[in-house]
Amino acid sequence: MDQFMLIFRRDWETKEKQPSPEQMQASIKPWQDWLGGLAAQNKLTVTPHRLQKEGRVVKANQIVTDGPYAEIKEAIGGFIVVAAADFDEAVAIAQGCPILNNPWDGNVEVRMLMQENENQ
Amino acid sequence: MQQQELIPHLFRTEYRKIVSVLCAAFGIDHIELAEDIASETFVTAAETWSIKGLPENPVAWLYTVAKNKAKNYFKRSALFTQKLAVEIKRTVNSVEAEPEIDLSDKSINDSQLAMMFTVCHPCISAESQVALALHLLCGFGIPEIADAFLTNKEVIYKRLNRAKEKLKAEQIAIVYPAPAEIESRLETVLTTLYLLFSEGYYSSSQNTVLRKDLCFEAMRLTYLLIENEISNQPAANALLALMCFHASRFDARTNEIGEMVLYQDQDTARWNQDLIEKGNYYLNLAAYGTRVSRYHLEAGIAYWHTRKEDTREKWENILQLYNQLLIREYSPIAALNRTYALAKANGKEEAIVEAEKFKLEHNRFYYSLLGDLYTGIDNNKALQYFKRAIELTSADAEKAALERYMDKLSGHLKA
Repeated sequence: MDQFMLIFRRDWETKEKQPSPEQMQASIKPWQDWLGGLAAQNKLTVTPHRLQKEGRVVKANQIVTDGPYAEIKEAIGGFIVVAAADFDEAVAIAQGCPILNNPWDGNVEVRMLMQENENQ
Repeated sequence: MQQQELIPHLFRTEYRKIVSVLCAAFGIDHIELAEDIASETFVTAAETWSIKGLPENPVAWLYTVAKNKAKNYFKRSALFTQKLAVEIKRTVNSVEAEPEIDLSDKSINDSQLAMMFTVCHPCISAESQVALALHLLCGFGIPEIADAFLTNKEVIYKRLNRAKEKLKAEQIAIVYPAPAEIESRLETVLTTLYLLFSEGYYSSSQNTVLRKDLCFEAMRLTYLLIENEISNQPAANALLALMCFHASRFDARTNEIGEMVLYQDQDTARWNQDLIEKGNYYLNLAAYGTRVSRYHLEAGIAYWHTRKEDTREKWENILQLYNQLLIREYSPIAALNRTYALAKANGKEEAIVEAEKFKLEHNRFYYSLLGDLYTGIDNNKALQYFKRAIELTSADAEKAALERYMDKLSGHLKA
């Protein structure tokens, strides 16, 4: 089994795309059912972490800007790590993620974790 | 009560108290001495009472005799040490001071609590902790413990001795932990008490009386924690609530001939309402603070199971609690139960898709779940799964329950 990080991204900027409190409430069940299903297969290796909207971006030469990256509308909303046999399985898992649906209409980036002894 | 009934009864209720007080007074190096003095006290009681008749207050009598025996022991050993010390020119340190033996209610409670934390010390394995707790905190004999664990006396004897040696080697003090440590130490104590309870609740031992005893002992010890201000934590209340809810179904879980009755087939009139109410009471007490322990989640699940109506709301709540429990920590049984709740809340089709992703090929509960999910959708498949579950089951009571299911299903198929 390899470990894959599933990074959830969505639009945090466009006003019309921000979920209403009712939509937020309604989205709890699909998320919990999806995560619970992964956990029930013992595939959830790092439990869900959600990020606040607020952030800073630190660059060289003492430059600090309010973040996340202002020039990109999409930002990371959270991540998990799952155990999967290969990319195909990790992608299949990601395809069930509620971030792809209304009201988020976001996307999932699937990245394989590098093993400790894999330093090139 | 007649003397021949009274002594075993007192042994069950008083032995553990005397042992705890003596252990706390003597220290970890002298556990066996404490056990010997407590046992001898009951031997003396049996002898004396058969000749002179029962004393007016048998419990006070036992305490006095235990105290005297301890005093005598220390007088003898002090003499011995003194003499020896003179002969070998005072290489032995000063005489051990005679410890104070206080058998007041408060001292008994304090000693039992301190012992609970010692016995549940993380330096010994969980199964040793359970065995030691049964032996020292519940006054269970080695044969009873062996029966509960479905193993032989030799194994338990060795396990207990190894555990005691380890506690001595690590010099674990018999004291109540400091307030700063309480949270982490309480966690292992609660784990052990829950294991002790589960040992009784899920054991395949045929001895129902013994199994019930195990459950009630675990509840008694948890209650002891709650009675103490420092260990009266939300998680302990949640655990006690969970135990009450489970125990409320003890009588409904088996039929007249000892066969297991599955939850959905239980006669709800046989659920114990008193215990359900007690569970509600402790669950309310558990609802303060910000930390949600696994016992909170499990008590929540158990609470919804005490609701008789088979509503969507009930199963949706159970599903969400199982989701949280699993996200926190995986266990095969939670995964299977979650899938059952998923079927009830979101429909069998969705649950089947989820269940078929599991890799639990050797788990009998997995096949009985699949059998259940396929019932009414594909009864032939359901029958095959139930058959596989029976092949993997060794307990007769469980087999019988599954066979009743298959009979019902076969009836449907023919009809």
